[in-house]
Amino acid sequence: MRRRQDTDRTNSRKHALTVMLSALVAGVLFGFGLALSTMVQPEAIKQFLLLHNLGLLLVLGGASLTTMLCYQLLPRLARRPLFAHGWATRPAYLNRRTLIGAALFGVGWGLSGVCPGPALAGLGVGNWPILLSVLGLLLGAWIEGRYFQRR
Amino acid sequence: MIHGNASLFPTGWVHFLAGGVFIGLGVSLLFALTGLVGGVSTAYTAVWSFVSHLPHFQQEKFVATRNWRLMYGLGMVLGALVYTVTLGRGRIFVTAVPGWQLLVGGLIGGFGARMGNGCTSGHGICGLASLHLSSLVAVIIFLATALLTAHLVHVFGGF
Repeated sequence: MRRRQDTDRTNSRKHALTVMLSALVAGVLFGFGLALSTMVQPEAIKQFLLLHNLGLLLVLGGASLTTMLCYQLLPRLARRPLFAHGWATRPAYLNRRTLIGAALFGVGWGLSGVCPGPALAGLGVGNWPILLSVLGLLLGAWIEGRYFQRR
Repeated sequence: MIHGNASLFPTGWVHFLAGGVFIGLGVSLLFALTGLVGGVSTAYTAVWSFVSHLPHFQQEKFVATRNWRLMYGLGMVLGALVYTVTLGRGRIFVTAVPGWQLLVGGLIGGFGARMGNGCTSGHGICGLASLHLSSLVAVIIFLATALLTAHLVHVFGGF
């Protein structure tokens, strides 16, 4: 009995480690793509938003179509992911919070030229002032969680 | 293409498309290996579960995911670093956007992303890839308000 529990614990620790490593490698690809596409440069986002360079649409299109193939096909082709028991799905709500939240997100994005992924990847290209955005994002998330959650 | 000598992609298009595919491959790999949906903005709420005892931050969806979300974020920093030392030929990039814009924009954007349940990656990549109408609506709204804000900031002499 004791041995069974120990094995279970070792297995779940191994599983947690596998998930951590998977997320790390996935993040590396993601961050590499953000740097290659210049999305880590707030200047490039501004160029798009001022309609001087529409490259961001190619980034968004390339990323979402690649992911769409994967999200739509894999669950039909395989019973489960390599290291887990089931396929997660994204929650989707079309309500006032989604609309107001998206509008505010755009205001912040338009002001800074920084969104949550590039704020982190930006550190990898040496863009240290972007730490201010990381700080802002953390504060914004805290204020939202602390004061604007009804339950 | 729009008028005269202007071009839709004055700096070329290959790096945009290739970069987008890399981003998509990252999100796809996460899904293929772990079945997890990899939006980024949730991480900014989830890390508060390490320090705040408020019930909101202690929900399972944050506590149970904070570790892999942190690794995912760490991977993004490393991935951009890999780019810098390889294709980027060691050139670093430091933004000229004023600090107050980075900070305040981050704050408003972070608040909005969490209230609206997603950012450019959550709604723009994962949500669209999931064929969610709510994400399509969110993407259209945040593109519109971002466009408007960037123009206003520009007109009033900001970056």
